[in-house]
Amino acid sequence: MTRVALTGNGAVALALKQVEPDVMAAYPITPQTEIAQNYAQYVADGAVKTEYIAVESEHSAMSSAIGAAAAGARTVTATSSQGFALMWEMLYIAASLRLPITMPVITRALSGPINIHCDHSDSMGGRDSGWIQLYGEDAQEGYDNAIQAFRIAEHMDVRLPVMTMIDGFIISGAIGPLETVADEDVKNFVGEYQALNPLLNVEQPVTVGAFDSLGGWYFEHKVAQNRAMENAMGVIEEVGAEYGVLTGRDYAHFKTHEIEDAEVVLIAIGSAAGNVKSVVDQLRANGKKVGMMKVRTLRPFPYLQIAEALSGARAIGVMDRADSFGAQGGPLYLEVRSAMLEAQSRPQIFNFIYGLGGRDIFPNDIESAVETLERAAAGEKVSPTRHYLNVREG
Amino acid sequence: MQEITEIRWHARGGQGAVTAAKMVAEVALSQNKYFQAFPEYGPERSGAPIVAFTRLSDGPIQIYSAIEHPDYVLVLDPTLLDVVDVTAGTGENAVVIVNSEEDAADVGTRPEMSGKRVYAVPATRIALETIKRAIPNTPLIGALVRVSGLFPLEGVMDEVRDSLSKKFPEEVVDANLEAVKRGYEEVSGI
Amino acid sequence: MSKTSKAARSSRAGVKTAGPATGKKKKKWDFRDIATWGPEKHEPGAVIPESGTADQYETGGWRTERPIRDIEKCNDCMICYWGCPDSSIVVKDGKMVGIDLNHCKGCGICAEVCPRDAIEMENEIQARKEEEV
Repeated sequence: MTRVALTGNGAVALALKQVEPDVMAAYPITPQTEIAQNYAQYVADGAVKTEYIAVESEHSAMSSAIGAAAAGARTVTATSSQGFALMWEMLYIAASLRLPITMPVITRALSGPINIHCDHSDSMGGRDSGWIQLYGEDAQEGYDNAIQAFRIAEHMDVRLPVMTMIDGFIISGAIGPLETVADEDVKNFVGEYQALNPLLNVEQPVTVGAFDSLGGWYFEHKVAQNRAMENAMGVIEEVGAEYGVLTGRDYAHFKTHEIEDAEVVLIAIGSAAGNVKSVVDQLRANGKKVGMMKVRTLRPFPYLQIAEALSGARAIGVMDRADSFGAQGGPLYLEVRSAMLEAQSRPQIFNFIYGLGGRDIFPNDIESAVETLERAAAGEKVSPTRHYLNVREG
Repeated sequence: MQEITEIRWHARGGQGAVTAAKMVAEVALSQNKYFQAFPEYGPERSGAPIVAFTRLSDGPIQIYSAIEHPDYVLVLDPTLLDVVDVTAGTGENAVVIVNSEEDAADVGTRPEMSGKRVYAVPATRIALETIKRAIPNTPLIGALVRVSGLFPLEGVMDEVRDSLSKKFPEEVVDANLEAVKRGYEEVSGI
Repeated sequence: MSKTSKAARSSRAGVKTAGPATGKKKKKWDFRDIATWGPEKHEPGAVIPESGTADQYETGGWRTERPIRDIEKCNDCMICYWGCPDSSIVVKDGKMVGIDLNHCKGCGICAEVCPRDAIEMENEIQARKEEEV
């Protein structure tokens, strides 16, 4: 294991290089640009044998990835924000054709107003597209998830595309320490790609993307997609555990911190989980019974495990870096609130929306969220349940 | 609680502040420390005032917000002192190191510097005399090393030599090493 | 997908360690009872493990007019072949030998593009009656 200094983007590009997929089809977009640039450089330098398809849009990037994957190639792409939005219809097609494409997503706000900074509006909007979604806190997790994504996607019980998120700029553009896995260990871990029903197998010609009419099997195929998602639940854990044996960094669906006797628990996803953890440590030092949960897997959503882990909490705060306009709260809030119907207890659950369009989140913002939760934990009926952190209300 | 040293860099686009923040990160890596280096993100325009940040610690750093209360402020361009308040958010014992032809005592007479530990180094002149270009980042790193004692000078020199000799001929490497050393020696206010 | 072996259920399923490239083995569907198939019986991603399946979909019944070729006028120029949207002009050894009536929808493009007026569209019912005679 070697320690290097890299940006989040550099870390993700390195992971892709070490896997060395057959095809990379990508269009550069801020803040993902460095991934497309670095990978193109690897190709130009002869460091990888990957076929790099320089497409003219993200719709074409995903279309090319779908074509390549259907042909039988191990395929990747990467995107952000408006590019993700432009891929929209093709995201569903990749998932429904059960093509194990992997895609790092460097999360960024969706316009408008025009904004290039971090939030989760892009990836959260794609949570029902049929892709597996893994969120990372830092460059290390972005790197580790990008590698594991291939094993999860290509598992014969899953065969679904996987997107792995890191926060735009905050992580993608920041240089930090990264523990890399040796090239041959990465290659052995992902193994040789085994295409299922590839179009380029002339011994077994197949039809891909046929029309399915009223009397057809569209419904059955959708049910099959969801069953593959259910299978992914266990596969993600198996792959995460095996990766832990290789690297000493094991991965599950979520990670808890100081949660055992916690009366109030904050749940976060992405880089904010680190900020929350730092604040939790500070508050614990002051004797407060605070804990936190970092969610990694949003699709499939591990609702039973999460409900069980949170069953001791008296008040829960869910932090969302995306809003769901007109809904009861942001996307993660809706998931957690729904999951808690499976729990024995009925804690009060609050939503803290933060960081839209790259608005920074500071320790005192997180402390103010904890204060709200503490009032609720003490028995006060606190309303509303939806709060915005560090927003101007003048 | 975890000790994190926080550094804020002020410069104009093109003066090498981001590169300097990266170099300090590389030095931290070579010293087995944990680090984080990031610019304040936005449109990058040559000449416009920019800010970059560095965090250093002995353990993993898990806070990702911008630095509000830096322990060290490094100013790569003295004309910025009239444009932005480089001391914003700093506490009583904060260190401010300014690239300036003026002496530390003179820079320290500015009202916003009151109560700060002020240092000055003629980094642009050193850069012009050593690397022959007005990129003041390496002499400023030398000054930071002297003032902060965060890293041993030899460790920094080794790292600069290692990273530059992969890309540049010997005379460029030597010029940069000389720039770091002179920054270390010529900083005033010690 | 229907029968996942125990080996395939291990976490290394999908990782090839040895053996020939997959998909080489011929799959043949017995789809006589496909109308009853549940989600597990289909290939993942709605892939059909056969190609050219449009051939099995006979569209000849849609036809209300039938192209009739006059062999005397036809000089095998192949313009009708390029014009036909349903690949229903049957060609053998460079000669136009007939029309695939199982797939011809009777659109009339062949008759329209023929430079020698060698194809005429005839009422389908009339044509069938003549056929019976």
